[in-house]
Amino acid sequence: MKLQPARYRLEVRVTPRAGLLDPPGKAIYQALHALGYVEVADVRVGKAIALEIDAASEEAARARAEEMCRKLLANPVTEDFEIVHSDNAPAAGDHR
Amino acid sequence: MSDTEPASIAAGNSAPGGRGATAGHVPRAQPRLGDPEITPELISEHGLTSEEFGRIVGALGRTPTFTELGVFSAMWSEHCGYKNSRPLLRQLPTRAPWVIQGPGENAGVIDAGDGWAIAFKIESHNHPSAVEPYQGAATGVGGILRDIFTMGARPIATLDSLRFGDLDDPRARYLFAGVVRGIGDYGNCVGIPNLGGEVHFERAYDGNPLVNAMAIGLMRTDRLIRGEARGVGNTLMAVGARTGRDGIHGATFASEELSEETEAKRPQVQVGDPFTEKLLLEASLELIESGAITGIQDMGAAGLTSSAAEMAGRAGNGVEIDVARMPTRELGMTPYEILLSESQERMLVVAQRGQEDDVRRILEKWELEAAVVGQVTGDGMFRVLEADTVVADIPAGPLTRGCPTYEREGIEDPEIAGLRARSLSEFSRGPGGDLSRHLLRLVDSPNVASKRWVVRQYDTTVRAHSVVRPGGDAGVVRIPGTLRGIAATTDCNGRYCYLHPRRGAAIAVAEAARNLACVGAAPTAVTNNLNFGNPLNPAIYYQMREAVLGMAEACRVFETPVTGGNVSLYNETEGVAVYPTPVIGMVGLVDNVERVCRHAFAQAGDQILLLGTNRDELGGSEYLSVFHELVAGEPPRLDLMAERSLQQAILAMIADGLLSSAHDCAEGGLACALVEASAGDGAMPLGIEVELADPIAPVALLFGESQGRAIISCGPEQVEPVRVVAARHGVPCSEIGEVGKPGGRFRIRAGTSGVDLPVRDLTDAFFRAISTRMDGPAEVATA
Amino acid sequence: MRVVVVRFPGSNCDQDCHRAVELAGGRARYVWHRDRDLGDPDAVILPGGFSYGDYLRAGAIARFSPAMEDVVRFARNGGPVLGICNGFQIACEAGLLPGALIRNRTLRFHSFDQHLRVESADTMWTSAYESGRVLSMPVAHGEGNYEADPRTLERLEGEGRVVFRYVDLRGQASEESNPNGSARSIAGIVNEGGNVMGLMPHPDRAMETVLGSVDGQGIFQSLATHVSPVDTR
Repeated sequence: MKLQPARYRLEVRVTPRAGLLDPPGKAIYQALHALGYVEVADVRVGKAIALEIDAASEEAARARAEEMCRKLLANPVTEDFEIVHSDNAPAAGDHR
Repeated sequence: MSDTEPASIAAGNSAPGGRGATAGHVPRAQPRLGDPEITPELISEHGLTSEEFGRIVGALGRTPTFTELGVFSAMWSEHCGYKNSRPLLRQLPTRAPWVIQGPGENAGVIDAGDGWAIAFKIESHNHPSAVEPYQGAATGVGGILRDIFTMGARPIATLDSLRFGDLDDPRARYLFAGVVRGIGDYGNCVGIPNLGGEVHFERAYDGNPLVNAMAIGLMRTDRLIRGEARGVGNTLMAVGARTGRDGIHGATFASEELSEETEAKRPQVQVGDPFTEKLLLEASLELIESGAITGIQDMGAAGLTSSAAEMAGRAGNGVEIDVARMPTRELGMTPYEILLSESQERMLVVAQRGQEDDVRRILEKWELEAAVVGQVTGDGMFRVLEADTVVADIPAGPLTRGCPTYEREGIEDPEIAGLRARSLSEFSRGPGGDLSRHLLRLVDSPNVASKRWVVRQYDTTVRAHSVVRPGGDAGVVRIPGTLRGIAATTDCNGRYCYLHPRRGAAIAVAEAARNLACVGAAPTAVTNNLNFGNPLNPAIYYQMREAVLGMAEACRVFETPVTGGNVSLYNETEGVAVYPTPVIGMVGLVDNVERVCRHAFAQAGDQILLLGTNRDELGGSEYLSVFHELVAGEPPRLDLMAERSLQQAILAMIADGLLSSAHDCAEGGLACALVEASAGDGAMPLGIEVELADPIAPVALLFGESQGRAIISCGPEQVEPVRVVAARHGVPCSEIGEVGKPGGRFRIRAGTSGVDLPVRDLTDAFFRAISTRMDGPAEVATA
Repeated sequence: MRVVVVRFPGSNCDQDCHRAVELAGGRARYVWHRDRDLGDPDAVILPGGFSYGDYLRAGAIARFSPAMEDVVRFARNGGPVLGICNGFQIACEAGLLPGALIRNRTLRFHSFDQHLRVESADTMWTSAYESGRVLSMPVAHGEGNYEADPRTLERLEGEGRVVFRYVDLRGQASEESNPNGSARSIAGIVNEGGNVMGLMPHPDRAMETVLGSVDGQGIFQSLATHVSPVDTR
């Protein structure tokens, strides 16, 4: 258990909500097929947001990140989010 | 409350092989496995009263299936059925020799001469924009563009009439920013220039923004096509995007079987795809040109249901659709969902039998899908199959014309009557304090201020025909290959309509016509967007009834028939309605675009004249709202005949080439109109020297919003001819001052007080008011 | 001059470019992006718009069109190619021009009249102007922020390949007069051979007095002079 605050790297993936039309995904899907990549069955286009969070624990960092997703990073009406990656970053210069 | 059309069901079904004739051998609809039971709760969740449900049972001769209930619910909704507004709308003038297509089609169409016709319409997307401003506004633009090109017209311009809460409220800023971005991203991508419109900010729209989008299209008269399912045996084809679960009627979500988990899989928000829209636009125009189709309609509100039913209803035919053949985006969609999906960028077309492959070839060229989904039938039934099973079988007549309509009781809210009766003399007496500071504060009000922050996010020049861009009294686009032009504007002052709905609506028409006259366009026809609260509330119904009466009267005087539009009711949050907002979208014709007139003063030394009369009127003014947070008093008086004379005088002056500029006086009164004319597009603001001699207290004189006025300017040698034209039309005309140097002083003397400022102080405030509120003062400004 | 205007799905200035060519006395013809019938034109225009909705990156998908293979070959053989707005983006993605166009600094679409300075009148696209002349034409784009690595920028400047720069009314380039954040206020460039030009502003919308500006005419007149010197006025 870490008690010292550490820096955590989290990656947030924001994607169009399942079932919602995804115009960029559709256009890219068609373009890939036109280029012969017919094995592509689906394309969804979202955003990856890299966060570095100072927190007491990974759980705490994730909890904060989830809150950020709900408040700002994802539009709850049109987007789903997922926190996909986390590691304890080496202490950076501005580490408190 | 009284029902005016009790017997319309049987009478409405005039299609061959109607209910009575075919009841014996028509396959009856089967309930599907898993359909919810038809209970009073389910009926009420579908927005139908028990009396209306009784009519449905009567029309079918049996209880509807769940699918049929969904279909009726959509077709008999306010949006499709105009339950509460149809009797009122009958008051509006809809005919004129130049009207080719009046209300009832996808868009109105008027004759523009030389074989050209103009299709135009306005439509609201208020609720979707409140839920998701970006997609709500974007899909609003998409829908109105489809209404235009399904008539066979190429869209050539859009306008937007927008209302939000106070910009001090972060939620209002969020909605405003999202709506503007949504409109821009959609229209810019499709490549339709924006010609302007209006934006208002008012607490009354805090929880319920209004997003009304208008589009204008141009076609050769002989290319007109209607949304009709003509020709028994012809083929119904779904073209464009696939069908998903977007925007399916909310009623399904309320049913108890749906868990949170399934709900998460069923998004209601419609997502716009302007790229697909652009392809669909080109493909549709090519389809119409090819002659392979006899009818086409957008699958818009209520999707496949309303497009198929309305096309059948207009032609007096039936349709048979197999939902299993609809291209879907998701697996396992039920007939109910496919019929009611509001997925965007889809069309239903009626192909000539045997020409289905021609349709496919055209769609394929534009990289879109086309699927045969059914056929036109002669039995007058709206029949839906799921492969071999009939899931809905409804006489099309009652479905499209049997929607009951209601004429309700309307009583004015006494509180509003009290506000109107309030005396305002305490505000208009005396010298009025520091009028320069007042004017600075008023031009910083987002309602008066330049809307540059908005229109700079819209492509206004694509297609290379925009003669007058947003920012003036009205926008003007050229008709390609000619010197002629189409002018358009949207107008409505919600405060006036709140205080006096009949006069307010008439003023909206008058102002629209005046705006057109100021650019040199003869007002020709109207599309309207009636935004109100809950019509079951007598105070709201009163507003609707009065507003329609005022609109009807003014449209008659200006000879501008209403060729269609949209009704948006239930615009309320927590029981508080928006201001009654009957938006007028008006189009006019310009004979020679090289002669259009602009609102901005042109050069130093030009004389400034006022047409019309200044009156002591502060009621409903921006001044009262900004300085006293008060919406009260009598809105300005309106003399329709004087308005008409004023407009004819301005048109005559412009036609004679007498004027350097012409500008309507509106929100903020004479002083703000002078600032707008001085500011121009901001590149080179001109000073002015004006003296007003009217025996009216300065505040009312400078900031009162009397109707029937315009500020014009002309070279000194034109003053006499201008006076002659004004006199000929019986329009009061007074020389009030002179245009000064670029960057000079802006001076208005009114009795012993007045305004005296460097013009740039005023124009800086005017141009920065909205961007400062949206981005902070640090935004990099590009001139 | 005979000019081909390539139409991509989502092009929306194709008609504007067609008309601009005809107003300049040339003949224009459309080629659909899937068709391999470029023929033997005097020049090719890649028009503005939102090819494929600009969904991946502006111009990224369009550059794979069959017609673009022909256009690239045409350009490599010295044929004049003009990319306007989205056409500039496509030309960069196709490798006809260096650099890339990224989102505007403000992250917003910008549409207004913009002043430009002619940096070089020594190209086939600008011979009808004088160097240093200040022009006004509409800009209308969300991704017009020109970026390239420092060496490329140095080369462009050093070889006189920056053809147009964003400036203010008086012809001064500054942060304030740069509408989208482009490196060095670059509005338009040419390739090494000078036969491919890309620019973000719209000369196709600045061809007629009644629309507010005729400052775009020079580009089409320059091209006409280049392709048929005898035909000049």
